[in-house]
Amino acid sequence: MTTIAVKNLSKRFGAIRAVDDVSLTLETGKIYGLLGRNGAGKTTLLNLMTKKLLPDCGEVAVGGRNIALHDAVLSQVYHMTDKNYFMTDKNYFPSSRQVRTLFRWCQTFYPQFDLAYAESLAAKFALAQHSIPAQLSTGYNTILRAIMALASNAPVVLFDEPVLGLDAVHRDLLYRELIANYSQKPKTIVISTHLIDEVAEVLEDVIVLREGRIALQQPVEDLLEGVYAVAGATDKVNAFIAERTDIGSETLGGTTSAMVMSRLTSADRQAGEQLNLEFTRVTLQRVFIALTNQQGVLP
Amino acid sequence: MIDFRVDRPIFLQLAEAIEDDVLDGRYAEDGQIVSTTDLAVTLRINPATANKAISCLVDEGVIYKRRGVGMFVAQGARDRILKKRRERFRKDFVDPMLHEAAKLGIAEEHIITMIKERGRVT
Repeated sequence: MTTIAVKNLSKRFGAIRAVDDVSLTLETGKIYGLLGRNGAGKTTLLNLMTKKLLPDCGEVAVGGRNIALHDAVLSQVYHMTDKNYFMTDKNYFPSSRQVRTLFRWCQTFYPQFDLAYAESLAAKFALAQHSIPAQLSTGYNTILRAIMALASNAPVVLFDEPVLGLDAVHRDLLYRELIANYSQKPKTIVISTHLIDEVAEVLEDVIVLREGRIALQQPVEDLLEGVYAVAGATDKVNAFIAERTDIGSETLGGTTSAMVMSRLTSADRQAGEQLNLEFTRVTLQRVFIALTNQQGVLP
Repeated sequence: MIDFRVDRPIFLQLAEAIEDDVLDGRYAEDGQIVSTTDLAVTLRINPATANKAISCLVDEGVIYKRRGVGMFVAQGARDRILKKRRERFRKDFVDPMLHEAAKLGIAEEHIITMIKERGRVT
């Protein structure tokens, strides 16, 4: 079983603290969502975790072994990288070779690579094995890289924007294949994405990065149970949230909707009903926006 | 297929959807339920969420597991679900309706008339 432990990890690019004293543990047998706005440090963190970048300080251990000292443990981690990064998985494999050749190359780096499974996935996504990545669309390049990640059979698989350029049908298929793969061979999966609503139900835990730091890490269900939206007449909502932590409110006409970062108790409900307020649960995406926009208040 | 809503946890909605299948007779007592893996893949949800829904149903005596074989609907499951749902009917359906009626200024007698005119739903 392979856990990843990140301890006090930092990386600066000039004046920018891309990753700023991050510590976290990824357990085996969970699907994590790594969320954050553009520039929050998601890609840098994943690159540090797989030694594509060296940290300024801090360390990463895979299965208890420091990756700075033990290169071999990195074969337990497959990283489907951000397409725009200078050292992508695209560059590990010559893009002028056919897809079927890349599958076989991948097998040499990841001995547990499942060739038959990769071929069956290629067929499901209608990716011809004689096609050449350099000539494929953005979407099909993403599909190719996602197939290699799923078929790698690595105990830890990191996906950086796994649905970039994919149409709705292919995104749906990819999520299903990912869940099927994970169910059959439990592993640690990290998905970094901006499409939060469509991935929310796939995730077990969520990690939110903000300006290089961890703003929040917890099970999705706990997070959603610990937030509620309250709506009604603006003056009444304002009266209600005066003694509570409002993390983002919006007013339209005479109506205000506020988001409160705490469990909805029966006392809250009673107080709200007297003011004619309505309570609703919120989506992960709404919580994310509230927590990461400029005015957002961190809990 | 279930269209999940925002208003309640996914695992509860899944558990209720399976209960609905038992109520409607789509799952017979002692009939086999699809595996949690099939549930997770088909509904595109985390397998832990599917497991949580199943655990709830096992705790409530709706489903039982047979190791290595699968999951089945328990004897008397339908009656247990009916009892629970009937107890909740007022809170889940009558109270929200009366709340909306009050907002719209619809009198109680008018609601009763509407129910009688509507007749029995089959």
